[in-house]
Amino acid sequence: MTNQTTHPKAPSADNGKISEQVVQRSSFELTMRRILKDPALLTAVVFIVLLTLFAVFAPLVAYWTGHDPNTQFRETGMSPFGLPVGPNHEFLLGADQLGRDVLVRLAYGARISLAVGVLAALASALIGITIGMISGFFGGWVDVVLGRIMDLVMSVPFLLCALALVSVFGPSLGLSIGVIVFFSWTTMGRVIRAETASLTKREFIEASRSLGAGPISILIRDILPNLSVPIIVYTTMMIPSSIVFEATLSFLGLGITPPTASWGGMLADAGANSVYLVAWWLVIFPGIALLTSTLAFNILGDGLRDALDPKGRRIKPRKKKSVLSGWLTSRKTPEGGPNQ
Amino acid sequence: MIRYLMQRLLFACLVLVSLSVFVFFLFFVAPGDPARVVAGDKATEAQLVQIRENLGLDRPIVVQYGSFVSKALHGDLGYSYRNQQPVLDLITRRIPATVSLVIGGVIVWLAIGIPIGVMSARNAGTRKDRLGQTFILIGLSFPTFVLGMLSLYCLYFLPRKAGFMLFPAGGYKPFLDNPLDWAWHLVLPWTTLALVTSAIYARLTRGQLLQVLGEDYIRTARAKGISERKVIYKHAMRATLTPLITQLGADIAFLLGGSIVIEQVYGLQGVGALAVQAVANQDRPIIIGVVMLGGLFIVIANIIVDLLYTLLDPRMR
Repeated sequence: MTNQTTHPKAPSADNGKISEQVVQRSSFELTMRRILKDPALLTAVVFIVLLTLFAVFAPLVAYWTGHDPNTQFRETGMSPFGLPVGPNHEFLLGADQLGRDVLVRLAYGARISLAVGVLAALASALIGITIGMISGFFGGWVDVVLGRIMDLVMSVPFLLCALALVSVFGPSLGLSIGVIVFFSWTTMGRVIRAETASLTKREFIEASRSLGAGPISILIRDILPNLSVPIIVYTTMMIPSSIVFEATLSFLGLGITPPTASWGGMLADAGANSVYLVAWWLVIFPGIALLTSTLAFNILGDGLRDALDPKGRRIKPRKKKSVLSGWLTSRKTPEGGPNQ
Repeated sequence: MIRYLMQRLLFACLVLVSLSVFVFFLFFVAPGDPARVVAGDKATEAQLVQIRENLGLDRPIVVQYGSFVSKALHGDLGYSYRNQQPVLDLITRRIPATVSLVIGGVIVWLAIGIPIGVMSARNAGTRKDRLGQTFILIGLSFPTFVLGMLSLYCLYFLPRKAGFMLFPAGGYKPFLDNPLDWAWHLVLPWTTLALVTSAIYARLTRGQLLQVLGEDYIRTARAKGISERKVIYKHAMRATLTPLITQLGADIAFLLGGSIVIEQVYGLQGVGALAVQAVANQDRPIIIGVVMLGGLFIVIANIIVDLLYTLLDPRMR
């Protein structure tokens, strides 16, 4: 994107005449214009829409192929030697080691990944926003206590604790979401805390206070709307990490219980006994599904940040004019994921 | 500064205490009978009662916790329910594999991540920058186990099918037996770990450098006529050290507590693999031991990072 989008000028203002074409654009309109000029972002959005449709219409995929996600087609889906058959006209993406249709399972797995990703991101955003706002607004001992709690959660070996929890309560969808939420709200919490703390010192909050507004009213009516950009951006960015977290748990056998299809579980099945070495489609398709989904959500998050907050985007290249940029805001808090 | 470090030390203790309370009480409320795990399915009721007594499971939970803590402070983490070996021994035996993985991984990811971040920041807005950012984006999005399985397929299986051995499928060979064999077995785990992690470092370096490169002292350094390389690595990089060390400390600590996924994919018998096996076997003392060890690593890393801050940044003293 060029700088023009951030400083919209009427094109005909150059030749000295004040033209009638000068139009005032709302902030929403400006954001939309920036979004529409970002091809990567648009591709990501299209992909996410398609993925959602794929997930929503999973039963339709099952109906169309005639394969139930959990039915084992030992006659058609497996070779006489008991090995899964590769992609063919009946199994478009091949069959797995039990003779189940990879395409259908991929569609049902997308439901799990999206549901867990979105639900966990929303829930951790809600907790992070609430705690961050309270901590940043009230300051003092409230801030110290809540800040310490956030530090504490961040100093916990989360994958190991997830292991311990799962070993006690047994793997389940609810527990997976709970574990993901518990260990990811702090990122949001820290960002919101810092933003709220700086907003609280601004004049318009003081004005609100002098008009007699109480803390809850200030928090919800004055501060919350001003936090919309970090909230949107960080919630979006939490979706891919939740998707990977869920897939990792399922991969380790701690997430979704078989035979329910999930991408992580499909990869775990492929890894068990190294079946995937003779059946590449068992790792390629779920792997690509997982990678492209996280990539799409990451691009979406980045693009939204650039579009919503053009301030952070202005990098002055030393040689040529500005092209795509971003990534400016580097978080100081350690990040990492279940990845490791 | 002493006060600051004391505070951090106190916080470290708080982390460990909360963690121990968490795991300990978690297993107390857990369904299932540990005595059954120890004795097996054929044990009689009398045997189970005897075992519960031996393990101290019949005592009140607070007493159990107290004895666990006092033993843990003396380096006794209890015995495995499965094979009655000391938990500490079991973990110590697994540490070389995990440490080898982490050390090599750290070196490789720093060697990839920082130069990419520097390249991206120096050429901000140009094609090189976009290349760097693409790397970052893909690295951040790639699930470790997917990358691991793909590299095993492409770099182990395909060459072997073609008749030669490029890299082994995994497994850990002790360094002292044969350093070359050790490294050869770890090349794939190292690169897998490094590729996904280096993206975080590249992004961190890029972001910090972009902020710093506009500062006056960088202009001064350039005006002095020193080479751009020196400007970047001697003057500008200094400012990126603090966030890089924070991140590095956290990453190393998390991984030492068990780089579960990588160990699982490559069949490395490290601490993480031990934890996964313990979960499968319902072997609680091992799980508690590994979680506590992981917490200990994180706490120690935090304190080392704090100490390094004071060394690097005179304002902190």
